[in-house]
Amino acid sequence: MVLVNLILILLVGGVIAWLAERQHPLLPRWIALITILFDLGYFLTYMSDLSWSQIAVVPNPTDAATWLFHYKAEWIPRFGISFELAMDGLSLLMVLLTLVLGAVSVSASWTDIKQRTGFFEANLLWTLAGVLGVFLALDLFLFFLFWEVMLVPMYLMIAIWGHEGRSYASMKFFIFTQVSGLMMLLAILALVMLNHSNTGVYSFSYFDLLYHQVGGDIAFYLMLGFFVAFLVKLPGFPVHTWLPDAHTQAPTAGSVILAGILLKTGAYGLIRFVVPLFPNEALAFSPVAMALGVAGIIYGAVLALGQDDFKRLVAYSSVSHMGFVLLGVFAWNALALQGAVMQMIAHGFSTAALFMIAGSLQERMHTRDMSKMGGLWQNMPRLGAVAMFFALASLGLPGLGNFVAEFMVLVGLFAVAPWVAAAASLGLIVAAIYSLMMMQRAFQGEPDEGRRLPDYGVREMLTMAVMIVGLIWLGLYPQPVLDTAQPVLDSLMQMVDSVTEPTQIAGLMP
Amino acid sequence: MLKLLPLIPLFPLISSVLLMVTVGKMPKRLVAILGAGSVGLSAVTTLLVGLAFMESGQPHHQVLWTWMQVGAFSPDIAFYLDGLTLVMMSVITGVGFLIHLFSTEFMEEDASYSRYFAYLNMFVFAMLVLVMADNLLLLYLGWEGVGVCSYLLVGFWYQNPDNGLAARKAFVVTRVGDTAMALGLFLLFTELGTLDIQPMAAAANSQWQVGDTLPVLACLLLLGGAVGKSAQLPLHTWLPDAMAGPTPVSALIHAATMVTAGVYLIARTHELFLLAPPAMLAVALVGLITSLMAASTALVQHDIKRILAYSTISQIGYMFLALGVGAWTAGIFHLVTHAFFKALLFLAAGAVIHCLHHEHNIFKMGGLRTRLPVVFWSFLIGSAALAALPLTSGFFSKDMILLQAYELPTFGPWLWAGGLLGALLTAIYSFRLVFVVFFGKTQMEPDKQPGSRMAVPLSLLCVLSLVGGFFALPLVPLESVFPVASDHHPSHLIEGISIAIPLIGLAIAYFIYLSGQLNIDGLVNSAPGQMLKKFWFSGWAMDWLYDRLWVRPYKGLAYILRGEWVDVIYNSIVKVCQQLFVGLSHTQTGRLRWYATSMVFGVIVVLALLLGVI
Amino acid sequence: MDGVSIPLDHVLLLASLLFICGLLGLMMRRNVIFILISLEVMLNASAVAFVAAGARWGQADGQVIFMLILAVAAAEVAVGLGLVIQIQRRFKSLDMDDADRLRG
Repeated sequence: MVLVNLILILLVGGVIAWLAERQHPLLPRWIALITILFDLGYFLTYMSDLSWSQIAVVPNPTDAATWLFHYKAEWIPRFGISFELAMDGLSLLMVLLTLVLGAVSVSASWTDIKQRTGFFEANLLWTLAGVLGVFLALDLFLFFLFWEVMLVPMYLMIAIWGHEGRSYASMKFFIFTQVSGLMMLLAILALVMLNHSNTGVYSFSYFDLLYHQVGGDIAFYLMLGFFVAFLVKLPGFPVHTWLPDAHTQAPTAGSVILAGILLKTGAYGLIRFVVPLFPNEALAFSPVAMALGVAGIIYGAVLALGQDDFKRLVAYSSVSHMGFVLLGVFAWNALALQGAVMQMIAHGFSTAALFMIAGSLQERMHTRDMSKMGGLWQNMPRLGAVAMFFALASLGLPGLGNFVAEFMVLVGLFAVAPWVAAAASLGLIVAAIYSLMMMQRAFQGEPDEGRRLPDYGVREMLTMAVMIVGLIWLGLYPQPVLDTAQPVLDSLMQMVDSVTEPTQIAGLMP
Repeated sequence: MLKLLPLIPLFPLISSVLLMVTVGKMPKRLVAILGAGSVGLSAVTTLLVGLAFMESGQPHHQVLWTWMQVGAFSPDIAFYLDGLTLVMMSVITGVGFLIHLFSTEFMEEDASYSRYFAYLNMFVFAMLVLVMADNLLLLYLGWEGVGVCSYLLVGFWYQNPDNGLAARKAFVVTRVGDTAMALGLFLLFTELGTLDIQPMAAAANSQWQVGDTLPVLACLLLLGGAVGKSAQLPLHTWLPDAMAGPTPVSALIHAATMVTAGVYLIARTHELFLLAPPAMLAVALVGLITSLMAASTALVQHDIKRILAYSTISQIGYMFLALGVGAWTAGIFHLVTHAFFKALLFLAAGAVIHCLHHEHNIFKMGGLRTRLPVVFWSFLIGSAALAALPLTSGFFSKDMILLQAYELPTFGPWLWAGGLLGALLTAIYSFRLVFVVFFGKTQMEPDKQPGSRMAVPLSLLCVLSLVGGFFALPLVPLESVFPVASDHHPSHLIEGISIAIPLIGLAIAYFIYLSGQLNIDGLVNSAPGQMLKKFWFSGWAMDWLYDRLWVRPYKGLAYILRGEWVDVIYNSIVKVCQQLFVGLSHTQTGRLRWYATSMVFGVIVVLALLLGVI
Repeated sequence: MDGVSIPLDHVLLLASLLFICGLLGLMMRRNVIFILISLEVMLNASAVAFVAAGARWGQADGQVIFMLILAVAAAEVAVGLGLVIQIQRRFKSLDMDDADRLRG
């Protein structure tokens, strides 16, 4: 029930926040913050009961009892659909990330949102609930349901509280995700039907579908259906184009959630579903996926340099960074996968912070155009220093989380495909170019002495401190994260090994 | 005592974090005490640890915690202390402390006093981590860390966009090298299964034969990192521009410590390089060509700091030459003496600039000999050491390099001759600098004199530059680190030539720039002379070339792609749909009769289909 | 049931003719009143068919449906005439082709 409550708390909190606006327009943000912190606290109290030895248990994909938490209730038994939630180390990390960044995003919306605050915070909480559901659901039908649940409130957030081009951006976001979601739905249904024709049982359960090898051409197309849905969310080249628009137009809190959490659902899906469900097909497909990853890294970085809009720049840097996740997943060895997981978390922090900085600039200067900025360090030294920190994190400075992630992905990848790793490491150079250019254009250069801009206050510095500490911790002592994810990745790898031909996999193991 | 090792980088780190957190709210006196004092503490601790190490004589290995561990990949946060590390640590904390002390006065009037010391302390921390690291990944952390601090300090006066450009250039160009180095790490880990330096060297020796492809490849990739950080061809272009930073920064980062990190890296991984003779040769050639290129460029520059920058590039070239011919000890020895005299020269140049209204052009100076006597003597001693005049510290180290280069079979004499040519040029340009700035007519009057906090470091560095050659070598415990060089000595003639060359250079500089007896105006003003001068002045046109080759195409690419051409595909899908909508909406006439009629026809068609008529 | 009985075919033919008349009227007339009348004709055509079919099978259902159609027709006329008045007010004409605000 813990898992159900986690989601329920957010849903109910959303409704309360919505209603509370009638009492006072500033009430909803407090309710949202309290809801998320309560949810986090609730989760942590249950987590503190877990010991490392429990986490270290390699979860058996077919045995729900080996998972940390598991909940199952009948829902539509006729079609084998159940309300099945489960948590292992990987989802645990993702849930933590979601709740922490959720609190950060409430802080980002603190003064930013002025109209219909109640409905905004409600949407925010509902999105988080949907994301939690995605990370926890192990019934494919339920997974798809949550996949849609997180989409609609996000759409509303962009469409109602977005900036000047919000209707275009929100529609683009909606259509991209919806079309790709449709592909996934078709793939899910086809998978279930095939399973039914083989075993005579309808089941949407991950556990039932896992060892069921479809085989043949159809499996490849089913894999593609899942892959495309997750690639859009990731976002990978060339289906990333919704992201710059959506990020740029979304309100700050929306960008934070979008970049920090929503993109991770794509990466999570790749690790959780695409490769385990279709190991042979994914292996065959991996050259293409890796090429897309490298293309995303380079392309995102080049385009980031070409932008004038601060948020667009950060958005393209996301495209670039998430390319590493794609590489890590499809390199499919312990190091690269750990790197991908690390990148999901570290990128969540660094990009969320950069979007918050962009939002602060927009709030203070009423523009995101970097050609109208310059010398802001002089006006706002604290903001400048924070921005410098996250720019350095984004370019992969060792000692911060992003470096650990990218390095592990590349080391793992090098053992599998040295040339791809060499091409991807160009990303390290180009990341430096756009990150430093961003600092130059916004914060360095000739200051405008006439500008009076408020520097970061306590709330903002506190929020930033959370992410700074998080990144330094991930960069210098990532072991707890690695240990939490390791059993899950081990089990997934064992399972994939057991069904792929050993000759093929031999080259993948370091 | 050895257990104190982690404290050495910790002091500057704490100080730096304190300075960053207080964001300029601390009084200047406290900032100065904290900034310089923390490095002083590190220096003292280094001394203590060094004494303890000398006593035991055994390398000391100290693990703090496991950084990350995934399967076999388990780099630690761990320090390794041996002779080489100790030498580097002494230079960093010792020279570093002097430079910090100098800075407390030099930067006194700057509004961002505490930011300056925050960065500078952070740099010392990162540099210490670099040299103390037990594995290549931690070394890489320090490596990138110093790069970032260099970026922050070069662009310290960020209000001027030119400084920002120089800072970015410094970071990005070295990042190119760093990426090569990262690839080298991937290769080493994939092949040898560890990044810990000592086990890695052992594994390499057992797995690889001398001359195999893999060690050559790995060493070349590491060399890529080294040339980037140490400003060697072809990645040297950032260093002259990096002079945009405050002068003590140039002294510390771009002369004494960070730019020699490449030398340290190669020396640290020398067991790998010994397995890869082609890579060794590449190191030597890179060093030699760079030293000649930079020396010739230094001959024609006007900016006092640029001259010193090119001379740094040239001197590091010598170190590379030494490493390339297997003269490990000589290379590190030159690193140390170079740190002394180049720090001295930069600080003296800084004092000149400080006292002369921020003037950089040497031809607007002159006659400062009597007006700034302390600076003059510092500069003279520094230049003498740089030119390797006999009995100065630079003489011993450079002589060692050249003689060992001569010993190398096949290429040896050629490398030696090239090195001599470089030495000649070095002597000419260093004394050109002295004669132009400190002799001749006075053109500008200094408005202040260096105070005690500037004079003391200068004097101490003077002493080190003069006598460093005598005591540094015996004290430096490098024998245990490197294979012993052969005892064979070349003939006295060769030695004599090596000694004479700098003196000849001094004489040439004297005749051209001071007495005027040797007039080269005609030569310079001739057409080829002008072209050569222009070519040299631009640093062999490397900036121009890179601008055309990389910078402009990349910027152009970003500019062309900025509008997101992928969207063209999606937008055309949208267009097609819209066209279809427009077409269909024509059927929506709003007329009742039209709808009724079309319904009737629709029903008729459906009925006909159902009844099988059609 | 003796005496003259009209064959079902004839009644259905009549119903079809009436229906087609109504349909043609609906498609051709522009005046909204005539359109309504055409609708009535069509309704009644189907009602005739129901009644005849009911008589043919000796069931009351046909007449029940006829009653229903009567009711529907009455309701339809009530709404329809209301619309007619509205159209007359809005467009100052009874020509349905003028009321084409819904065109795309």
